[in-house]
Amino acid sequence: MSDQQTAISRRNFLKAGALLSGGLLISFTIPQANRLLIQDATTAFAPNAFLRIGADNSITVILSHVEMGQGIWTTLPMILAEELDADWDNIKVMHSGVDKDYNHTVYGIQITGGSSSTWSEFDRYRKAGATARVMLTQAAAKRTGVAIENCTTKNGYVIAGGKKLSYGELATEASTLPVPQNVTLRPPAQWKLIGKGVKRLDASVKTNGQAKFGMDIQFPGMLTAVVAHAPVFGGKVKSFDASGAKAVPGVKEVVEIPTGIAVIADHFWAANQGRKALKIIWDDGAGANLSTKTQVDAYQKLAHTDGLKAAQKGNVDQGLAKAAKLLKAEYVFPYLAHAPMEPLNCTVKISNDKCEIWTGTQLPGIDLAAAARILGMKPEQITMNVVFLGGGFGRRATITSDFVSEAVHIAKASGKFVKMVWTREDDMKGGYYRPMFVHRINTGLDASGMPIAWRHNIVGQSIMAGTPFESKDGVDSTSVEGIADSPYFETVPDHFVGLHTAKEVVPVLWFRSVGHTHTAYVMETMVDELAHTAGQDPVAYRRKLLQKSPRHLAALNLVAQKAEWDKKLPEGRYKGIAVHEAFGSYVAQVAEISIDNGKPRVHKVTCAIDCGLAVNPDGVKAQMESGIIFGLTMALYGELTIEKGQLQQSNFYDYRIARMNESPEIDVYIVDSNEKMGGAGECAVPPTAPAIANAIFAATGKRIYNLPIMNTPLKHIS
Amino acid sequence: MSSKKPFILIVLLLAAIGITIMSFKGAPVDHNTLATLPKDSIGSVKAFMSVYKVLKSARCMNCHPNGDVPLQGDDNHLHTMGVKRGTDGRGLYAMKCSNCHQAENAPGIHTPPGNPKWSLPPANMRMVFQGKTPRQLALQLLDPKQNGGRSKQQLIDHMASDDLVSWAWNPGTGRTLPPLSHTAFSAQVKLWIAKGAYAPAR
Amino acid sequence: MIALKVNDKSYQVDASPDMPLLWVLRDLLGLTGTKFGCGVAQCGACTVHLNGEAIRSCVTKVSRAQGQNIVTIEGLSLNNDHPLQKAWVEFDVPQCGYCQSGQLMSAAVLLRENPNPTNQDIDDAMSGNICRCGTYPRIRQAIHKAAEMQKEGGKS
Repeated sequence: MSDQQTAISRRNFLKAGALLSGGLLISFTIPQANRLLIQDATTAFAPNAFLRIGADNSITVILSHVEMGQGIWTTLPMILAEELDADWDNIKVMHSGVDKDYNHTVYGIQITGGSSSTWSEFDRYRKAGATARVMLTQAAAKRTGVAIENCTTKNGYVIAGGKKLSYGELATEASTLPVPQNVTLRPPAQWKLIGKGVKRLDASVKTNGQAKFGMDIQFPGMLTAVVAHAPVFGGKVKSFDASGAKAVPGVKEVVEIPTGIAVIADHFWAANQGRKALKIIWDDGAGANLSTKTQVDAYQKLAHTDGLKAAQKGNVDQGLAKAAKLLKAEYVFPYLAHAPMEPLNCTVKISNDKCEIWTGTQLPGIDLAAAARILGMKPEQITMNVVFLGGGFGRRATITSDFVSEAVHIAKASGKFVKMVWTREDDMKGGYYRPMFVHRINTGLDASGMPIAWRHNIVGQSIMAGTPFESKDGVDSTSVEGIADSPYFETVPDHFVGLHTAKEVVPVLWFRSVGHTHTAYVMETMVDELAHTAGQDPVAYRRKLLQKSPRHLAALNLVAQKAEWDKKLPEGRYKGIAVHEAFGSYVAQVAEISIDNGKPRVHKVTCAIDCGLAVNPDGVKAQMESGIIFGLTMALYGELTIEKGQLQQSNFYDYRIARMNESPEIDVYIVDSNEKMGGAGECAVPPTAPAIANAIFAATGKRIYNLPIMNTPLKHIS
Repeated sequence: MSSKKPFILIVLLLAAIGITIMSFKGAPVDHNTLATLPKDSIGSVKAFMSVYKVLKSARCMNCHPNGDVPLQGDDNHLHTMGVKRGTDGRGLYAMKCSNCHQAENAPGIHTPPGNPKWSLPPANMRMVFQGKTPRQLALQLLDPKQNGGRSKQQLIDHMASDDLVSWAWNPGTGRTLPPLSHTAFSAQVKLWIAKGAYAPAR
Repeated sequence: MIALKVNDKSYQVDASPDMPLLWVLRDLLGLTGTKFGCGVAQCGACTVHLNGEAIRSCVTKVSRAQGQNIVTIEGLSLNNDHPLQKAWVEFDVPQCGYCQSGQLMSAAVLLRENPNPTNQDIDDAMSGNICRCGTYPRIRQAIHKAAEMQKEGGKS
């Protein structure tokens, strides 16, 4: 089922990729500037788009995917270096520019997202390395006269007879040879890096201040811009008076752009002081009528009716009529902000017939195309320099290219070389949230306590609507993923999953693990509730339901064993469990909590993952830790609210993020698996919130249907 | 930068007025002989109850918590980040009070309020207000072993003119003020003690 | 002009005295290792040492730092060899890496004042630094490791 679901999303991407590259980017050619950038003076051998070997033995791996914390800066070079037999100490890494060579192998556009970087590039980067190794070996055979069968490679050298030739000294000769089309890849038994793990290649520069993020881009003559945005979603500038802003020392210019008023100054602080001195009259528009409360009311009303069919089997009405026991539940999920630590920013330099952009983006090609449209330029006139992303979580992948477009507009309107910087408040209030959702469920259990009928209606905004990824049937797969394809329905004869897609003025976006952020919570707390209603152990109950889902079971069983599920915890400690598949990986977690002053404290999370082959096992573990803490923040604190069209939260004081003193002990176990590879960047997020909520039920007897958990005061059962 | 000048002028002017008022305000305070009124337990307790309301307001109580974590906001929630008192009341390690709290309030809302003396009472003199009944708090305030070794007169002076105490009436944008003005509060402290420094029954 | 001493180098900067130290360091001196995360002393990304204390430079006026001793991440060690930096690399602590300058500057004060920090001490020192990637468990491990390295270094 999950493969089908993934396939649906991938088809959407493929279609969209074709549309974007065929439709919007007509005659998309390779920007020459990017090519020059990746073939610097030391390059002697460039067998493909992903590898450059210098005469100085430097091995430069070029990334088609961007580094935003997930570790791809290390994983892709590992995969390539394995086949190249390269000296790991000589590896250098860089982000690619924009080029069709770097399009996603499945999605067809240049994108980092969907937890797909490792599995989608596994074959391509292996081949890239193997091809180069073959050519270097051929060059060595040619030079030494040793038969190619008698040449081997080791750690950056070709060993030909008694001679040891470095890749660097063979590079120029190798570059004259034809590129072989079919190369033999190394069998897993010979792997030295894959599955073993190496240290992160970006750790050092990220501990001494040297790593360059978009925020750190500086050039002589570059100015800094901040933008006053409409306080109400969808609002527009009616009129403005810039005289106060212009009087601030350091302010150079004030320009109107489609999204607000930009203040451009010598440095950030002057620009920000200038913004405070702006006088703007806004036209709020229809957005002023929006409030969270009325939105929830409307969604709840809708959830009582069947939405568009997302999944169906049998006849749910008849099934419910047969049930020995009926249960219903309604869930409410708020809007969420990604809040990456690096606020959004983008630097743009327009000169004559060229434009150069520096930013951290998950969609460099889409952003480049947006800049081309705004400037009336051809894509090849634009150079995109992707730097380290100070967190992405989906926020740096907007199909509308919101922040890149804004920066391009500022540069265009002012004629200045500008770095546009958003403050934390701009980021928090700037939209592109995880949508608000309401779920309503009616289930029926048979006499043995197993579910036989399940009606499930979901209400929320569509992330894909209005983008080239929009589905034709009106069912956005990202709204229902994790439910429409739930493994639990394998054993529920009569079920119906419906979707009502709401339209709001608030822009929404994929947020780390996308639909699974809410669907896993609903399914895993609901199944837990069913287990308790049936008087059965939550793990045993799940095992019965997941008989046909071996990978769910593998993760569930491993976590139950490692967390000693059957063992009683000390007084005052409680545990809860959840298992969920997302992005092709199966993750189960056990959360151990206590209740302290009416609030849950999460002491420990045990996690098991089946992601197929774990290319970099410690990297997978790091992503599990990361996802769990992200999920914990979402569960306990994550909430945005809107009143009269204005977002009520501003900064970390009212949009709380878990800190060191709330960070649980985390134990991660990887299932030894030869199954299909899945992703690791997002799949740990979904099970955390339901595992915590199920532990809270164990502690208090209270089910939490509205997130975040902090809104519900808690008491021990006793 | 030029906008600083009028500001400085105003400050100087205010300071001058302050000095003038002080010098006209009456007899110099004799620290050895405390001004007293006829003992009046009802009047004294009444005055203390006004003082108590101020001390239990967020601006005062938030830095006199019953734990080692200061409080924040009008709802007296635990200070985010779980900052701790430390032995000297000035925080711990990378979370010392003055790492964020400057000598003056930071501009804007939800920014750190400031004062040169910003701190909690030290660990050996915790001066807890939170959770104290009027009687408990009155007795604590009067006990030099629990009030920082202050005599009654020093207590009056502290409440009236201590820089950090005064901050409560200049707490920065977005923070509510104590229920009495500083002048009225100081007067009630004085009255409470002058009428016999009685502690309420509960 | 304001005289500043940053990482043992002297600078004269033309800045308004109320300009936050963060923006002086980043935009006027080009020391971009110190990060902007929230602007209101909530996240700790801008943490630098002012006379050895882990101050939040986003709310600290440059006037407070005038003539004082400032150390930024660029000056934490000469060759990226502070025990904390070595431990950070050993445990693969950074993910996106944006918060790590601040984390390291906070941890450095902890280790200086408490060479044997417990988990509780780490909570008490480090909870002012937000990491959205959730690297806290590894930061904790790396601080313990750095404490060990610091001791071993002291012996030899």
